[in-house]
Amino acid sequence: MLSHLRQLEAESIQIIREAVAESEHPVMLYSVGKDSTVLLHLARKAFYPAKPPFPLLHVDTTWKFQEMYAFRDRAAAEAGMELIVHQNPDALARNINPFTHGSSVHTHIWKTEGLKQALDKYHIDMAFGGARRDEEKSRAKERVFSVRSAQHRWDPKRQRPELWQLYNGRTAPGESVRVFPLSNWTELDVWQYIRAEQIPVVSLYLAAPRPVVERDGMLIMVDDDRLPLAPGEQPVLKSVRFRTLGCYPLSGAVESTASTIVDVIAEMLLTTTSERQGRLIDHDASASMERKKQEGYF
Amino acid sequence: MPAQILGTDIEQYLDAHERKSLLRFITCGSVDDGKSSLIGRLLYECQLIFDDQLAALASDSRRYGTRGDALDLALLVDGLSAEREQGITIDVAYRYFSTDRRKFIVADTPGHEQYTRNMVTGASTAEVAVILVDARHGVLTQTRRHTFLVTLLGIRTVVLAINKMDLVDYAEERAEQIAEEYEAFASRLGELDITCIPLSAVHGDNVVARSDRMPWYAGPALLEYLETVEPRRPPGAAPFRMPVQTVLRPDLGFRGFAGPVVRGTVAPGDRVVVLPSGRTSTIDRIVTFDGDLAQAEAGQSITVTLTDEVDVSRGDVLASATEPAAVADQFEVDLVWMSEQEMLPGRSYLIKLGTQLVPGSISKPKYRVNVDNLDRLAATTLGLNDIAVCTLSLDRAVPYDRYADNRELGGFLVIDRLTNDTVAAGMLRLALRRSTNVQWQEVEVTKQARARLAGHQPCVVWFTGLSGAGKSTVANLLERRLHALGCRTYLLDGDNVRHGLNHDLGFTEVDRIENIRRVAEVAALMVDAGLIVLVSLISPYRSDREQARSLVEPTEFCEVFVDTPLAVAESRDPKGLYAKARRGELPNFTGIDSEYQPPLWPEVHLEMTSLAPEEAAERVLLTLRERGVLPS
Repeated sequence: MLSHLRQLEAESIQIIREAVAESEHPVMLYSVGKDSTVLLHLARKAFYPAKPPFPLLHVDTTWKFQEMYAFRDRAAAEAGMELIVHQNPDALARNINPFTHGSSVHTHIWKTEGLKQALDKYHIDMAFGGARRDEEKSRAKERVFSVRSAQHRWDPKRQRPELWQLYNGRTAPGESVRVFPLSNWTELDVWQYIRAEQIPVVSLYLAAPRPVVERDGMLIMVDDDRLPLAPGEQPVLKSVRFRTLGCYPLSGAVESTASTIVDVIAEMLLTTTSERQGRLIDHDASASMERKKQEGYF
Repeated sequence: MPAQILGTDIEQYLDAHERKSLLRFITCGSVDDGKSSLIGRLLYECQLIFDDQLAALASDSRRYGTRGDALDLALLVDGLSAEREQGITIDVAYRYFSTDRRKFIVADTPGHEQYTRNMVTGASTAEVAVILVDARHGVLTQTRRHTFLVTLLGIRTVVLAINKMDLVDYAEERAEQIAEEYEAFASRLGELDITCIPLSAVHGDNVVARSDRMPWYAGPALLEYLETVEPRRPPGAAPFRMPVQTVLRPDLGFRGFAGPVVRGTVAPGDRVVVLPSGRTSTIDRIVTFDGDLAQAEAGQSITVTLTDEVDVSRGDVLASATEPAAVADQFEVDLVWMSEQEMLPGRSYLIKLGTQLVPGSISKPKYRVNVDNLDRLAATTLGLNDIAVCTLSLDRAVPYDRYADNRELGGFLVIDRLTNDTVAAGMLRLALRRSTNVQWQEVEVTKQARARLAGHQPCVVWFTGLSGAGKSTVANLLERRLHALGCRTYLLDGDNVRHGLNHDLGFTEVDRIENIRRVAEVAALMVDAGLIVLVSLISPYRSDREQARSLVEPTEFCEVFVDTPLAVAESRDPKGLYAKARRGELPNFTGIDSEYQPPLWPEVHLEMTSLAPEEAAERVLLTLRERGVLPS
């Protein structure tokens, strides 16, 4: 009998192979986070000894942690995969940032609009994402294969029933499918798999002394000189780590001494706050995920 | 979980956790049965609720809860706001929790009227079903419906969770009564492993730990059960099957075939056959990212290479050469219609089976199943949530397994070619014999030609009525009259066919339906042969008689209702059967403890209290003349 991790792994590989077989221009959305990292690892397994027959797509906001950029380039090179980096030219021109425009506008223009632009530009008909159903209550009903209109909208009426291991990835011209091979994984499964497979992750997930400032009750790391400091505000060196990674001004750190994967898992088993609490974007409105999904965000 | 790991070696603890098994189960029931409370309780007790979620729950409980100041655990699972729920047409919610022994994936399906497609979707990947009943109400129509649907999808391990025991004072008799009633019903659905657990989700009795409020209950608590149950799987040896998803060709020297092992095991050196082509070869290597494997088992996703250069592509199935999968293009299937646009018989759809995508069409339904009582109903098309038995005809032959043997090569999707929507799901029951290379033979001598020779039209004369109503007597008299007129006849008598054709059938509802189905098919064949077939059969269910009628042309079926009141039939009791039934020695006896559904529009209605048998036979003869069966 296969263990739960091996069953999840086999299921994800089956999904990845199926999605690629049913699409013409597949791509894997790669955000450099732990879920993306596991997804990339599974894709490499799915097609071994061949390389995954699709490029990685990073929808960049220019505001990620410096370490994430370095990790991203290394990971793509190691997998021997093409890396497409897309930055919304409109956002670049208008210098959209979380401070002047707020987290909601920032995320919408850089990520949601940026993603749509990239999918259109490369005629993508299938995009892998690393979302899991356990992340958020409204995702509990999300399909593994999620159909999007030519306008990238998620229409609840068009979502298809999924039975057995059978997925229907057929699309009309212009339409696309988002495929979530990690749908049935929990945060704990992801970490356990990272440990079992010894997959390298961005070291921001592990505790280290980092310069942080406190904003709205969240610890924000001062990753570069673009973070405006209030008069007299001084970054403090604290032992922190991140449970989720995104744009550094929007990612809250937690104080921690967990400096290994095992420590992180132990801390997680003892922890009492859910993963998404560290994400500033989710605090905007309670139904925000649902709205973002309809607009085309993951 | 946290409390336990503090004192132990974390590495050891995590090693153990990596080896946990996985169980997928489905929960069926409505909010009223306390389903959300039960799932909420399991999540809560397994400590998957974080502080921030708990704070939100506490505030939600005060605002929307039904438990006063106490936490309303149901809100953990159905706290979605109304607008979020809107427009979600298929909503199976998947939830996750784990204990030290197992990880669980719960397909949580709502019990409202959209239940069928949701439940069928959720059940397709589940191995165990937890069916909830309210201890106050016991087994309801919806309980039977849920049970039928999960067994249709192949689940053979069922927990009947008798919830709200707190509201019946934790009474043993009540739980036993419900369990008995349920088991009596479920026995009609074939071999099932049934476990009945009395519990209270709200108070946590028998959910995670055994409750001292039900000392009479000796079985496991629900979670204990779920942690240890080994679901019943298809019996017998499982031969190797792997649908090929893709062919990997990283360089000229490597050609690997990637796919999931959906059944059996495979090892290098095994002889395999490529289906549908039928070419055989030998497994050379099982290649993975982590090195070659000595063996792979069902559930793994692998890549294999073969020793020969045989042609293999996506859609093919690699199978054990000694026990290959069968190949066919016509099947009898169970079909669940999932779309608001209705099924069009004969229309070309795309069928996805394994990794094969094949055009195919679906016949007019043989019958539709009323999921509330398993009645078979006539149908010309199918609408949303209808379940039916149909014939599936594919444009080319495909390798398959029967669904009962292998879900992954026996379950299929029906996809609309224009919208690309998945409009139905189906399960292969069996291949129709004519599909194995036998084409439908066009015959030269037609029914009409035979009728001309016989001098009369063929017809089924179907006598229905209670036992002892006089069916056989009238049928016999009629046959003598017809024979004297030079007609070609045959009498199919209910009792007689049970000695031969149907000697393997009993008197359960399922067997009775099958009994009638076989007689109806034989009668239809005889009509094709040009005979006047007299059928004398209690045939208590309207749907079965309608089914028999549907097998022949409208003018070729004559339903005769032999109407004798129960009291009269019982007082005659020519075979002493009523007396036996009254003594409880004959269960399921029509009229006593099994229902008789009188015909609504019979061609002939014989009120036997005012007719002598000879007069009755004469009435039928008259009708046959009026209907043009006999020359007038």
